[in-house]
Amino acid sequence: MIEVSVKKRLFSAKGEMQLNVAFKVEPGELVTLYGPSGAGKTTILRMLCGLAVPDEGTISVAGETWFDSSQRIDLKPQVRNVGIVFQDYALFPNMTVKENLEYAIRRNQSHSVIDELLELMELSSLSDKKPDVLSGGQQQRVALARSIVRQPKILLLDEPMSALDTTLRFKIQEYILKVHQQYQLTTILVSHDILEVITLSKRVFLIEHGEIVNEGPPSTLLPMQALRSMMDALPTSNR
Amino acid sequence: MIDAHPIFLTFKLATVTTIILFFVSVPLAYWLTFSRHKIKYVAEALVSLPLILPPSVLGFYLLLAFSPQNVFGSFLERYFNLRLVFTFEGLVIASILYSLPFMVQPIYNGLKMVPQSIIEASYTLGKGRLTTLVRVLLPNVRASVITGIVLAFAHTVGEFGVVLMVGGNIPRETRVVSIALYDEVEAMNYSQANMYAITLLIFALLTLSIVYFVNSPSRVNRVV
Repeated sequence: MIEVSVKKRLFSAKGEMQLNVAFKVEPGELVTLYGPSGAGKTTILRMLCGLAVPDEGTISVAGETWFDSSQRIDLKPQVRNVGIVFQDYALFPNMTVKENLEYAIRRNQSHSVIDELLELMELSSLSDKKPDVLSGGQQQRVALARSIVRQPKILLLDEPMSALDTTLRFKIQEYILKVHQQYQLTTILVSHDILEVITLSKRVFLIEHGEIVNEGPPSTLLPMQALRSMMDALPTSNR
Repeated sequence: MIDAHPIFLTFKLATVTTIILFFVSVPLAYWLTFSRHKIKYVAEALVSLPLILPPSVLGFYLLLAFSPQNVFGSFLERYFNLRLVFTFEGLVIASILYSLPFMVQPIYNGLKMVPQSIIEASYTLGKGRLTTLVRVLLPNVRASVITGIVLAFAHTVGEFGVVLMVGGNIPRETRVVSIALYDEVEAMNYSQANMYAITLLIFALLTLSIVYFVNSPSRVNRVV
Protein backbone atom coordinates (compact mmCIF):
# COMPACT_ATOMS: atom_id res chain seq x y z
CA MET A 1 0.00 0.00 0.00
CA ILE A 2 1.22 3.46 -0.91
CA GLU A 3 0.02 6.17 1.46
CA VAL A 4 0.68 9.77 0.57
CA SER A 5 -0.30 12.87 2.51
CA VAL A 6 1.81 15.86 1.55
CA LYS A 7 1.83 19.61 1.20
CA LYS A 8 4.17 21.70 -0.89
CA ARG A 9 4.19 25.27 -2.09
CA LEU A 10 4.79 25.40 -5.82
CA PHE A 11 5.90 28.32 -7.94
CA SER A 12 4.87 28.25 -11.57
CA ALA A 13 4.36 30.65 -14.44
CA LYS A 14 0.79 31.13 -13.23
CA GLY A 15 1.99 32.14 -9.78
CA GLU A 16 2.11 30.47 -6.42
CA MET A 17 0.07 27.35 -5.70
CA GLN A 18 -0.40 25.13 -2.68
CA LEU A 19 -0.15 21.44 -3.48
CA ASN A 20 -2.13 19.57 -0.85
CA VAL A 21 -2.94 15.93 -1.58
CA ALA A 22 -3.68 12.75 0.35
CA PHE A 23 -4.34 9.41 -1.30
CA LYS A 24 -3.81 5.69 -0.97
CA VAL A 25 -2.99 3.14 -3.66
CA GLU A 26 -3.45 -0.60 -3.08
CA PRO A 27 -0.70 -3.05 -4.05
CA GLY A 28 -1.04 -4.16 -7.67
CA GLU A 29 -3.30 -1.28 -8.59
CA LEU A 30 -2.82 0.90 -11.68
CA VAL A 31 -4.13 4.39 -10.96
CA THR A 32 -4.00 7.62 -12.88
CA LEU A 33 -3.40 11.18 -11.80
CA TYR A 34 -5.46 13.16 -14.26
CA GLY A 35 -5.69 16.90 -14.64
CA PRO A 36 -4.58 19.95 -16.56
CA SER A 37 -0.91 20.77 -16.89
CA GLY A 38 0.42 22.77 -13.98
CA ALA A 39 -1.95 21.05 -11.54
CA GLY A 40 0.93 19.43 -9.65
CA LYS A 41 0.79 15.87 -11.02
CA THR A 42 4.45 15.57 -11.95
CA THR A 43 5.48 17.04 -8.59
CA ILE A 44 3.56 14.26 -6.84
CA LEU A 45 5.53 11.65 -8.81
CA ARG A 46 8.78 13.46 -8.07
CA MET A 47 7.99 13.50 -4.35
CA LEU A 48 7.26 9.78 -4.45
CA CYS A 49 10.63 8.91 -5.93
CA GLY A 50 12.55 11.38 -3.76
CA LEU A 51 13.43 13.95 -6.42
CA ALA A 52 11.29 16.66 -4.82
CA VAL A 53 10.90 17.28 -1.11
CA PRO A 54 7.43 18.02 0.33
CA ASP A 55 7.19 20.96 2.74
CA GLU A 56 5.35 18.73 5.16
CA GLY A 57 3.57 15.40 5.34
CA THR A 58 4.27 11.69 5.08
CA ILE A 59 4.86 9.12 2.38
CA SER A 60 4.89 5.45 3.28
CA VAL A 61 5.12 2.36 1.12
CA ALA A 62 4.22 -1.12 2.39
CA GLY A 63 4.47 0.09 5.97
CA GLU A 64 7.93 1.61 5.47
CA THR A 65 8.23 5.37 5.96
CA TRP A 66 9.91 7.02 2.99
CA PHE A 67 9.21 10.58 4.05
CA ASP A 68 8.06 12.09 7.29
CA SER A 69 8.63 15.79 7.85
CA SER A 70 7.91 15.59 11.61
CA GLN A 71 10.56 12.88 12.10
CA ARG A 72 12.90 14.33 9.48
CA ILE A 73 12.88 11.11 7.50
CA ASP A 74 13.61 11.51 3.80
CA LEU A 75 14.91 8.43 2.00
CA LYS A 76 17.20 9.15 -0.92
CA PRO A 77 15.97 8.32 -4.44
CA GLN A 78 18.69 5.66 -4.65
CA VAL A 79 17.14 3.53 -1.91
CA ARG A 80 13.43 4.03 -2.61
CA ASN A 81 13.20 1.30 -5.24
CA VAL A 82 10.89 3.15 -7.57
CA GLY A 83 10.91 2.81 -11.33
CA ILE A 84 10.16 6.01 -13.17
CA VAL A 85 9.69 6.78 -16.86
CA PHE A 86 10.36 10.44 -17.50
CA GLN A 87 8.44 12.49 -20.02
CA ASP A 88 11.58 12.91 -22.15
CA TYR A 89 12.60 9.25 -21.47
CA ALA A 90 15.99 10.37 -20.05
CA LEU A 91 17.97 7.61 -21.76
CA PHE A 92 21.75 7.84 -21.42
CA PRO A 93 22.95 8.93 -24.88
CA ASN A 94 26.44 7.51 -24.38
CA MET A 95 25.15 3.97 -23.82
CA THR A 96 23.53 1.42 -26.11
CA VAL A 97 20.06 0.08 -25.37
CA LYS A 98 21.53 -2.90 -23.55
CA GLU A 99 24.02 -0.74 -21.62
CA ASN A 100 21.18 1.55 -20.54
CA LEU A 101 19.48 -1.49 -19.00
CA GLU A 102 22.71 -2.89 -17.55
CA TYR A 103 23.47 0.44 -15.88
CA ALA A 104 20.37 -0.02 -13.77
CA ILE A 105 21.24 -3.47 -12.50
CA ARG A 106 21.89 -3.98 -8.80
CA ARG A 107 25.09 -5.42 -7.42
CA ASN A 108 24.67 -9.22 -7.24
CA GLN A 109 21.55 -9.10 -9.40
CA SER A 110 21.35 -11.69 -12.17
CA HIS A 111 21.86 -10.32 -15.68
CA SER A 112 19.15 -12.64 -17.02
CA VAL A 113 16.57 -9.92 -16.30
CA ILE A 114 18.15 -7.79 -19.05
CA ASP A 115 17.57 -10.37 -21.80
CA GLU A 116 14.14 -11.13 -20.41
CA LEU A 117 13.15 -7.46 -20.61
CA LEU A 118 14.72 -6.92 -24.03
CA GLU A 119 12.63 -9.81 -25.29
CA LEU A 120 9.44 -8.75 -23.53
CA MET A 121 9.71 -5.26 -25.00
CA GLU A 122 10.77 -6.59 -28.41
CA LEU A 123 14.05 -4.72 -28.18
CA SER A 124 16.51 -7.60 -28.71
CA SER A 125 17.34 -6.57 -32.27
CA LEU A 126 18.04 -3.00 -31.11
CA SER A 127 20.19 -3.87 -28.11
CA ASP A 128 23.42 -2.53 -29.65
CA LYS A 129 21.89 0.72 -30.91
CA LYS A 130 22.40 4.09 -29.26
CA PRO A 131 19.24 6.00 -28.21
CA ASP A 132 19.67 8.77 -30.80
CA VAL A 133 18.98 6.41 -33.71
CA LEU A 134 15.79 5.02 -32.15
CA SER A 135 12.26 6.22 -32.88
CA GLY A 136 10.17 7.81 -30.13
CA GLY A 137 8.26 4.58 -29.54
CA GLN A 138 11.44 2.54 -29.32
CA GLN A 139 13.00 5.00 -26.87
CA GLN A 140 9.84 4.80 -24.82
CA ARG A 141 10.11 1.00 -24.62
CA VAL A 142 13.78 1.23 -23.58
CA ALA A 143 12.88 3.72 -20.85
CA LEU A 144 10.08 1.45 -19.65
CA ALA A 145 12.34 -1.63 -19.68
CA ARG A 146 15.13 0.23 -17.86
CA SER A 147 12.76 1.44 -15.16
CA ILE A 148 11.92 -2.11 -14.11
CA VAL A 149 15.37 -3.74 -14.29
CA ARG A 150 15.73 -3.26 -10.53
CA GLN A 151 12.35 -4.91 -10.03
CA PRO A 152 10.82 -1.98 -8.17
CA LYS A 153 7.69 -2.13 -6.08
CA ILE A 154 6.31 0.95 -7.75
CA LEU A 155 6.30 2.14 -11.35
CA LEU A 156 5.72 5.82 -12.05
CA LEU A 157 4.92 6.99 -15.56
CA ASP A 158 5.01 10.71 -16.30
CA GLU A 159 2.88 11.29 -19.39
CA PRO A 160 4.73 8.48 -21.09
CA MET A 161 2.85 8.71 -24.36
CA SER A 162 2.52 12.44 -24.81
CA ALA A 163 5.12 12.55 -27.60
CA LEU A 164 3.79 9.56 -29.56
CA ASP A 165 1.20 9.27 -32.32
CA THR A 166 -2.08 7.39 -31.78
CA THR A 167 -1.08 3.99 -33.21
CA LEU A 168 2.10 3.91 -31.15
CA ARG A 169 0.16 4.90 -28.06
CA PHE A 170 -1.97 1.76 -28.24
CA LYS A 171 1.13 -0.36 -28.63
CA ILE A 172 2.89 1.26 -25.66
CA GLN A 173 -0.28 0.94 -23.58
CA GLU A 174 -0.12 -2.81 -24.20
CA TYR A 175 3.49 -2.91 -23.03
CA ILE A 176 2.63 -0.97 -19.90
CA LEU A 177 -0.17 -3.36 -19.01
CA LYS A 178 2.11 -6.30 -19.78
CA VAL A 179 4.88 -5.22 -17.41
CA HIS A 180 2.40 -4.05 -14.80
CA GLN A 181 0.92 -7.53 -14.63
CA GLN A 182 4.05 -9.62 -15.19
CA TYR A 183 6.10 -7.85 -12.51
CA GLN A 184 3.15 -7.32 -10.14
CA LEU A 185 3.78 -3.61 -9.93
CA THR A 186 1.84 -0.85 -8.32
CA THR A 187 1.68 1.71 -11.09
CA ILE A 188 0.89 5.41 -10.98
CA LEU A 189 0.37 7.07 -14.32
CA VAL A 190 0.24 10.81 -14.92
CA SER A 191 -1.83 11.74 -17.92
CA HIS A 192 -4.10 14.29 -19.44
CA ASP A 193 -5.27 12.02 -22.22
CA ILE A 194 -8.77 10.79 -21.38
CA LEU A 195 -8.62 7.78 -23.70
CA GLU A 196 -5.36 6.63 -22.18
CA VAL A 197 -6.74 6.95 -18.67
CA ILE A 198 -9.88 4.96 -19.50
CA THR A 199 -7.88 2.22 -21.26
CA LEU A 200 -5.24 1.75 -18.62
CA SER A 201 -6.58 2.45 -15.18
CA LYS A 202 -9.48 1.37 -13.03
CA ARG A 203 -9.20 4.30 -10.67
CA VAL A 204 -8.41 7.91 -11.34
CA PHE A 205 -7.64 10.91 -9.18
CA LEU A 206 -8.75 14.23 -10.65
CA ILE A 207 -6.24 16.90 -9.75
CA GLU A 208 -6.86 20.61 -10.12
CA HIS A 209 -4.85 23.48 -8.67
CA GLY A 210 -2.86 21.18 -6.45
CA GLU A 211 -5.81 19.33 -4.92
CA ILE A 212 -7.57 16.04 -5.56
CA VAL A 213 -11.07 17.19 -6.47
CA ASN A 214 -12.53 13.77 -7.18
CA GLU A 215 -11.63 10.09 -7.41
CA GLY A 216 -13.27 6.98 -8.81
CA PRO A 217 -13.48 4.75 -11.89
CA PRO A 218 -12.60 6.71 -15.04
CA SER A 219 -15.70 5.55 -16.89
CA THR A 220 -17.99 7.36 -14.45
CA LEU A 221 -15.76 10.30 -13.61
CA LEU A 222 -14.25 11.37 -16.84
CA PRO A 223 -17.13 11.95 -19.27
CA MET A 224 -18.24 14.88 -17.11
CA GLN A 225 -14.67 16.05 -16.90
CA ALA A 226 -14.21 15.80 -20.65
CA LEU A 227 -17.41 17.78 -21.24
CA ARG A 228 -16.33 20.41 -18.79
CA SER A 229 -12.88 20.81 -20.37
CA MET A 230 -14.54 21.14 -23.77
CA MET A 231 -16.86 23.81 -22.38
CA ASP A 232 -13.89 25.62 -20.89
CA ALA A 233 -12.24 25.71 -24.27
CA LEU A 234 -15.22 27.48 -25.85
CA PRO A 235 -15.26 31.28 -26.03
CA THR A 236 -17.38 32.76 -23.21
CA SER A 237 -19.97 34.20 -25.63
CA ASN A 238 -20.85 30.69 -26.89
CA ARG A 239 -21.58 29.17 -23.48
CA MET B 1 70.75 23.49 -33.88
CA ILE B 2 68.62 24.96 -31.13
CA ASP B 3 68.75 23.78 -27.54
CA ALA B 4 65.89 21.26 -27.26
CA HIS B 5 65.73 21.39 -23.48
CA PRO B 6 63.27 24.31 -23.33
CA ILE B 7 60.92 22.40 -25.65
CA PHE B 8 61.18 19.25 -23.56
CA LEU B 9 60.68 21.25 -20.35
CA THR B 10 57.67 23.08 -21.78
CA PHE B 11 55.89 19.85 -22.69
CA LYS B 12 56.77 18.29 -19.35
CA LEU B 13 55.31 21.33 -17.57
CA ALA B 14 52.18 21.28 -19.73
CA THR B 15 51.66 17.53 -19.20
CA VAL B 16 52.04 17.65 -15.42
CA THR B 17 49.88 20.77 -15.20
CA THR B 18 47.13 19.30 -17.39
CA ILE B 19 46.96 16.03 -15.46
CA ILE B 20 46.68 17.80 -12.11
CA LEU B 21 44.26 20.35 -13.56
CA PHE B 22 41.94 17.60 -14.79
CA PHE B 23 41.53 16.17 -11.30
CA VAL B 24 41.07 19.65 -9.83
CA SER B 25 38.74 20.96 -12.52
CA VAL B 26 36.22 18.11 -12.74
CA PRO B 27 35.09 18.39 -9.08
CA LEU B 28 35.28 22.18 -9.27
CA ALA B 29 33.17 22.36 -12.44
CA TYR B 30 30.73 19.87 -10.91
CA TRP B 31 30.39 22.00 -7.79
CA LEU B 32 29.94 25.20 -9.82
CA THR B 33 27.24 23.49 -11.90
CA PHE B 34 25.17 22.01 -9.12
CA SER B 35 25.81 24.15 -6.05
CA ARG B 36 23.17 26.68 -5.08
CA HIS B 37 25.41 28.33 -2.53
CA LYS B 38 25.95 32.03 -3.16
CA ILE B 39 29.68 31.67 -2.60
CA LYS B 40 29.87 29.86 -5.93
CA TYR B 41 29.64 33.20 -7.76
CA VAL B 42 32.76 34.39 -5.96
CA ALA B 43 34.46 31.07 -6.76
CA GLU B 44 33.42 31.42 -10.39
CA ALA B 45 34.93 34.90 -10.56
CA LEU B 46 38.14 33.71 -8.90
CA VAL B 47 38.47 30.81 -11.36
CA SER B 48 37.94 33.16 -14.32
CA LEU B 49 40.26 35.88 -13.01
CA PRO B 50 43.33 34.70 -14.98
CA LEU B 51 41.33 35.26 -18.19
CA ILE B 52 41.37 39.03 -17.74
CA LEU B 53 44.29 39.59 -15.40
CA PRO B 54 47.72 40.37 -16.91
CA PRO B 55 49.79 37.22 -16.27
CA SER B 56 52.45 39.35 -14.65
CA VAL B 57 49.99 40.40 -11.93
CA LEU B 58 49.31 36.77 -11.01
CA GLY B 59 53.04 36.04 -11.29
CA PHE B 60 53.93 38.96 -9.06
CA TYR B 61 51.64 37.87 -6.24
CA LEU B 62 52.70 34.25 -6.55
CA LEU B 63 56.33 35.35 -6.39
CA LEU B 64 55.57 37.25 -3.18
CA ALA B 65 53.65 34.30 -1.73
CA PHE B 66 56.28 31.71 -2.65
CA SER B 67 59.20 33.81 -1.44
CA PRO B 68 60.97 32.21 1.56
CA GLN B 69 61.01 35.65 3.16
CA ASN B 70 57.23 35.54 3.48
CA VAL B 71 54.91 33.43 5.64
CA PHE B 72 53.68 30.91 3.06
CA GLY B 73 57.05 30.42 1.41
CA SER B 74 58.93 29.98 4.67
CA PHE B 75 56.22 27.61 5.94
CA LEU B 76 56.63 25.38 2.85
CA GLU B 77 60.38 25.44 3.17
CA ARG B 78 60.46 24.71 6.89
CA TYR B 79 57.86 21.94 7.02
CA PHE B 80 57.95 20.42 3.54
CA ASN B 81 61.44 21.37 2.39
CA LEU B 82 59.76 22.80 -0.69
CA ARG B 83 60.86 25.95 -2.46
CA LEU B 84 58.53 27.29 -5.14
CA VAL B 85 60.40 30.34 -6.44
CA PHE B 86 62.58 29.67 -9.47
CA THR B 87 61.81 25.93 -9.42
CA PHE B 88 59.86 23.57 -11.66
CA GLU B 89 57.40 22.81 -8.83
CA GLY B 90 56.65 26.51 -8.53
CA LEU B 91 55.99 26.70 -12.26
CA VAL B 92 53.52 23.81 -11.98
CA ILE B 93 51.54 25.54 -9.21
CA ALA B 94 51.55 28.85 -11.09
CA SER B 95 50.50 27.14 -14.34
CA ILE B 96 47.66 25.33 -12.61
CA LEU B 97 46.26 28.63 -11.33
CA TYR B 98 46.88 30.39 -14.62
CA SER B 99 45.28 27.70 -16.83
CA LEU B 100 42.44 26.83 -14.43
CA PRO B 101 39.68 28.69 -16.35
CA PHE B 102 40.69 27.02 -19.62
CA MET B 103 39.92 23.59 -18.15
CA VAL B 104 37.06 24.50 -15.80
CA GLN B 105 35.00 26.66 -18.17
CA PRO B 106 34.48 24.10 -21.00
CA ILE B 107 33.63 21.30 -18.54
CA TYR B 108 31.30 23.61 -16.59
CA ASN B 109 29.55 24.71 -19.80
CA GLY B 110 29.20 21.08 -20.88
CA LEU B 111 27.75 19.96 -17.54
CA LYS B 112 25.21 22.81 -17.57
CA MET B 113 23.82 21.49 -20.86
CA VAL B 114 23.11 17.97 -19.58
CA PRO B 115 19.35 17.53 -19.06
CA GLN B 116 18.41 17.28 -15.40
CA SER B 117 16.24 14.24 -16.12
CA ILE B 118 19.27 12.13 -17.10
CA ILE B 119 20.90 12.83 -13.75
CA GLU B 120 17.65 12.13 -11.91
CA ALA B 121 17.17 8.92 -13.90
CA SER B 122 20.58 7.76 -12.70
CA TYR B 123 19.66 8.51 -9.07
CA THR B 124 16.38 6.60 -9.32
CA LEU B 125 18.34 3.68 -10.78
CA GLY B 126 20.19 3.48 -7.48
CA LYS B 127 23.38 5.23 -8.51
CA GLY B 128 25.12 7.84 -6.36
CA ARG B 129 26.67 11.13 -7.42
CA LEU B 130 30.13 9.75 -8.14
CA THR B 131 28.88 6.91 -10.34
CA THR B 132 26.58 9.35 -12.12
CA LEU B 133 29.48 11.74 -12.71
CA VAL B 134 31.87 9.10 -14.01
CA ARG B 135 29.51 6.94 -16.04
CA VAL B 136 26.84 9.38 -17.21
CA LEU B 137 27.94 13.00 -16.98
CA LEU B 138 31.56 12.90 -18.12
CA PRO B 139 30.99 10.55 -21.10
CA ASN B 140 28.16 12.81 -22.25
CA VAL B 141 30.31 15.94 -22.07
CA ARG B 142 33.28 14.20 -23.65
CA ALA B 143 33.81 16.95 -26.23
CA SER B 144 33.88 19.59 -23.49
CA VAL B 145 36.37 17.57 -21.44
CA ILE B 146 38.67 17.09 -24.45
CA THR B 147 38.41 20.80 -25.26
CA GLY B 148 39.34 21.64 -21.67
CA ILE B 149 42.33 19.29 -21.71
CA VAL B 150 43.63 20.58 -25.04
CA LEU B 151 43.13 24.24 -24.16
CA ALA B 152 44.73 23.92 -20.73
CA PHE B 153 47.71 22.10 -22.23
CA ALA B 154 48.12 24.65 -25.02
CA HIS B 155 47.68 27.61 -22.71
CA THR B 156 50.38 26.26 -20.39
CA VAL B 157 52.71 25.82 -23.38
CA GLY B 158 52.11 29.43 -24.37
CA GLU B 159 52.48 31.18 -21.03
CA PHE B 160 55.20 33.76 -20.53
CA GLY B 161 54.50 36.40 -17.91
CA VAL B 162 53.70 34.08 -15.03
CA VAL B 163 56.59 31.77 -15.85
CA LEU B 164 59.08 34.61 -16.03
CA MET B 165 57.91 36.06 -12.71
CA VAL B 166 57.79 32.81 -10.75
CA GLY B 167 60.40 30.75 -12.56
CA GLY B 168 62.90 33.19 -13.95
CA ASN B 169 65.20 31.84 -16.62
CA ILE B 170 67.12 28.88 -15.25
CA PRO B 171 68.29 26.42 -17.92
CA ARG B 172 66.82 22.90 -17.53
CA GLU B 173 64.76 24.03 -14.53
CA THR B 174 62.48 26.89 -15.56
CA ARG B 175 63.56 28.03 -19.02
CA VAL B 176 60.54 27.08 -21.13
CA VAL B 177 60.20 27.75 -24.87
CA SER B 178 58.60 31.18 -24.55
CA ILE B 179 61.41 32.32 -22.22
CA ALA B 180 64.10 30.80 -24.44
CA LEU B 181 62.58 32.63 -27.39
CA TYR B 182 62.71 35.93 -25.53
CA ASP B 183 66.27 35.18 -24.50
CA GLU B 184 67.38 34.52 -28.06
CA VAL B 185 65.76 37.74 -29.29
CA GLU B 186 67.54 39.68 -26.55
CA ALA B 187 70.82 38.15 -27.75
CA MET B 188 69.85 39.00 -31.36
CA ASN B 189 69.97 35.31 -32.38
CA TYR B 190 66.99 35.65 -34.69
CA SER B 191 67.34 32.30 -36.46
CA GLN B 192 67.37 30.48 -33.12
CA ALA B 193 64.42 32.59 -31.95
CA ASN B 194 62.60 31.73 -35.14
CA MET B 195 62.96 27.98 -34.46
CA TYR B 196 61.33 28.36 -31.05
CA ALA B 197 58.67 30.68 -32.41
CA ILE B 198 57.74 28.39 -35.27
CA THR B 199 57.50 25.42 -32.90
CA LEU B 200 54.97 27.31 -30.80
CA LEU B 201 53.10 28.57 -33.85
CA ILE B 202 52.67 25.11 -35.40
CA PHE B 203 51.71 23.68 -32.04
CA ALA B 204 49.05 26.37 -31.48
CA LEU B 205 47.61 25.80 -34.95
CA LEU B 206 47.44 22.04 -34.42
CA THR B 207 45.83 22.49 -31.01
CA LEU B 208 43.07 24.74 -32.27
CA SER B 209 42.42 22.39 -35.19
CA ILE B 210 41.92 19.55 -32.70
CA VAL B 211 39.53 21.67 -30.62
CA TYR B 212 37.44 22.58 -33.68
CA PHE B 213 37.49 18.96 -34.86
CA VAL B 214 36.24 17.44 -31.59
CA ASN B 215 33.56 20.13 -31.36
CA SER B 216 32.34 19.76 -34.95
CA PRO B 217 28.57 19.16 -35.03
CA SER B 218 28.90 15.67 -36.52
CA ARG B 219 31.12 14.52 -33.65
CA VAL B 220 29.48 16.16 -30.67
CA ASN B 221 27.08 13.95 -28.80
CA ARG B 222 23.45 14.92 -29.05
CA VAL B 223 23.20 16.00 -25.43
CA VAL B 224 26.17 18.34 -25.36
